[in-house]
Amino acid sequence: MAEEIVDVLNTHESHAELIQYIVITVVNEQYGIDIKYIDNIVRMQSITRVPKVQPFFKGVINLRGEVVPVMSIRKKMGLGEDEITNKSRIIILKYESNASIGIVVDEVKHVVTISSDNIERVSHDSKLDAKSFISGVGKVEEGLISILDLATVIDEEKSISES
Amino acid sequence: MDVSQYLGVFLDEAHEHVQTLSDQLMVLENDPENEDSINEIFRAAHSLKGMAGTMGYKRMQKLTHVTEDVFSAVRSGQMKVTGGLVDVLFQALDAIEAYVDNVQNTSDEGTEDNEGILEELNKILQEGTGEVSSAGGAAPAAAAAPAAEAAAAPAAGASDEKALYKAMKLDDSQVSTMKDAIVAGQHVYGVTVYIDENCLLKAARAFLVFKAIEEFGEVAAVEPSSQDIEDEHFDFHFSMFVVTEEPLDKVIEAAKSVSEIVDVVGEEFNEDMLAAPAAEAEEAAPAAEAAAPAAEAAPVEAAAPAEKKAPEKKAAAAKPAGKAVTNRTVRVDIEKLDVLMNLVSELIIAKNSIVSAGANMAQKGSDSDVDAHFNEHIEYLESVTTNLHESVMKVRMVPIENALQKFPRMIRDLEKSLGKQMTLTITGEETELDRTVVDELSDPLMHLLRNSADHGLEMPDERRNAGKPAMGSIFINAFQDGNNVIIEVGDDGKGIDVEAVRNKIIERNYLPEERALQMNDKEVIEVLFDPGFSMAKKVTDLSGRGVGLDVVKSKIEALGGDVEVRSKLGEGSTFVIRLPLTLAIIQALMVVVGGEKFAIALGNIQTIEDIPISDVKLVENKEVIQLRGTVIPIIRLSEILDAPSKNDPNANLVVAVVKKGDSLAGLVVDELIGQMEVVIKSLGKYINTTRIISGATILGNGEVALILDSNALF
Repeated sequence: MAEEIVDVLNTHESHAELIQYIVITVVNEQYGIDIKYIDNIVRMQSITRVPKVQPFFKGVINLRGEVVPVMSIRKKMGLGEDEITNKSRIIILKYESNASIGIVVDEVKHVVTISSDNIERVSHDSKLDAKSFISGVGKVEEGLISILDLATVIDEEKSISES
Repeated sequence: MDVSQYLGVFLDEAHEHVQTLSDQLMVLENDPENEDSINEIFRAAHSLKGMAGTMGYKRMQKLTHVTEDVFSAVRSGQMKVTGGLVDVLFQALDAIEAYVDNVQNTSDEGTEDNEGILEELNKILQEGTGEVSSAGGAAPAAAAAPAAEAAAAPAAGASDEKALYKAMKLDDSQVSTMKDAIVAGQHVYGVTVYIDENCLLKAARAFLVFKAIEEFGEVAAVEPSSQDIEDEHFDFHFSMFVVTEEPLDKVIEAAKSVSEIVDVVGEEFNEDMLAAPAAEAEEAAPAAEAAAPAAEAAPVEAAAPAEKKAPEKKAAAAKPAGKAVTNRTVRVDIEKLDVLMNLVSELIIAKNSIVSAGANMAQKGSDSDVDAHFNEHIEYLESVTTNLHESVMKVRMVPIENALQKFPRMIRDLEKSLGKQMTLTITGEETELDRTVVDELSDPLMHLLRNSADHGLEMPDERRNAGKPAMGSIFINAFQDGNNVIIEVGDDGKGIDVEAVRNKIIERNYLPEERALQMNDKEVIEVLFDPGFSMAKKVTDLSGRGVGLDVVKSKIEALGGDVEVRSKLGEGSTFVIRLPLTLAIIQALMVVVGGEKFAIALGNIQTIEDIPISDVKLVENKEVIQLRGTVIPIIRLSEILDAPSKNDPNANLVVAVVKKGDSLAGLVVDELIGQMEVVIKSLGKYINTTRIISGATILGNGEVALILDSNALF
């Protein structure tokens, strides 16, 4: 989604759009998630394991009376096991209507506003690697932020299994 | 006139009438002389014509009008129902249905004139009666004819028709009270009071009438009951018996003094007459009811043309007594029920939290007196929520008939197009299921029926050669089995040729040859449900099975059910669909496996057994136990759920014996927690799990527990 917006803006309009991202960290790297897809951010809580599911799913949680699946973005991106600390959070994404999914992240830092001019699109080949989960890289004062491509993140088919 | 607000009502009723037409035409096709059907069809066509006219759907009106004319001629004996006529009528019905569909989709009837069908019908009408329908013009003479007939039905003249008190049902005590009164020198009058049809507060008017009469007399009996009158559950008239010393005129005068009372009729009863209505009441009831609509309308619309009233009178006369007046239902938007159901679910979750909080309190050893009270209240709350849930569930239940209605017609059409002879028998259509399930059932059942008709049943010659009757039979049996509803769809056709399917599996390299040869019959048949396999056209031709079976399976599974096939080569196949009775809330047994909590639907559990480890035997490398003479395989849930048991491996096994159809299996769990009402929640769109996990539920402490579908373990 984000890349489409960027694309349109670059070609047809001179002034860029400002998009707000929530900055999270996963294994010391900073990622941005478009704020409009974030439904909620909750603390770590007890996750009920679900047997026989894709390994990157940690299980399900109770979010205000609804059962929401939670996955490990580390496992999904092939970055190893989660390390749960008291900074760990579950970000509840609502990428499609009527379906929520939680992702476990190491830390939620802050919100940044990035102009689409300052986002470099990342092109990737068909090979699935850590890069596939990133749609672009945004430049902010404190450094670079990889913008997560949520469509790939929640796609159940795509995950990097560890060898 | 802006009719858009009536569109919903129009559509609902139009669908009903179209369905009636379809059903009755089917009856008529087999029994062309069936008067009830002819009347029903006439009535449905008449109503459709009227509705279409009101809504301004001219084309639909014209077509229904001609249909009505045809039946009016049939009814009056001017012509007979023939196979040709039924065929044309089915075409007309399809055209009417198309109009209704158009209205539903676009709020307009469309532009199809269906000249061909109109012409055909007119031709038949002309040949039969020498008349051409006056469609579009004034009401036909033919329709007026039954008027006289109908008017004759209620036996007596107009004044008698209005004297509904004569048909009142009196019980013995009422009769004896009145007889005593007559002996004591008082008068007993039967009185029927008619209220203006435009009256808004008829219950209040009735009350005033009673009050006026009670000033000088006593009302000994009332019909409808005083409760019904109070609740306004009556037409614009009611009848009573009055005991008083005053003359009849005074009673009538008193009743008429109340405003909006349009007419009062009455007469004095003596002892002999009192005995009579009681005895005749049963007989008189239908006639009286038939008279009711006419009589009621008369004072207001006395000048209304006779032919307009006639069919209605006839309608009431044909229906069994009581049916017309007891229909006290409300149409409710299914979404509103969903909201209600969700609220009940929330309530149950909240209740479970209180129960769990209460248990915590008890553990901490708080004041025992408060405790006892608390528990009492919780138990009360539990019974209320359980009843509430059941009531809401019942409201959502509809007979599966709704999903089956169109099938007799479909089979009839298939019969013609396939050139096979077949009958469809349906039993248990009154079996009830959740509305959402019934709505979804139609498609899979249609697939299965088509399958049976197309591939299951043989051609008549082939059947005769096989020593079977040329007429193939297809059946749908529905019934309830514990917490499940079973729907069997089957035929007495050629059955599934398992070896042919097996060869096909090998030929198409769908599975390794070695594996295919090892599979038992059941496993081979299972393959037909695989999406990848059943799409192969060749297999369909060969095995006679496989059209859309994967679709059937996935649909039924989406509804929380499963499909099984029983087939015998040469004798036919039966597809057994098993569906859960309810979708949202179930009674479940909570168990612990490897430290995790799981819920198992209580309806599937037969018994709980404590089995010493020494009683577990190995048969064909599978663990089994013997239970009261039956050998039951046991399934260690800890293995299936990847949750290593924390129990001592030599300790006794806790086994929950579950059943599916006729088979039993023992589920080994670590620990039992107890029974609980659980609200079934979906695991969400993204998570793909095995069929064993049918959902999740939220426990009282906020934890999520998974629900196991024991049917998937067989």
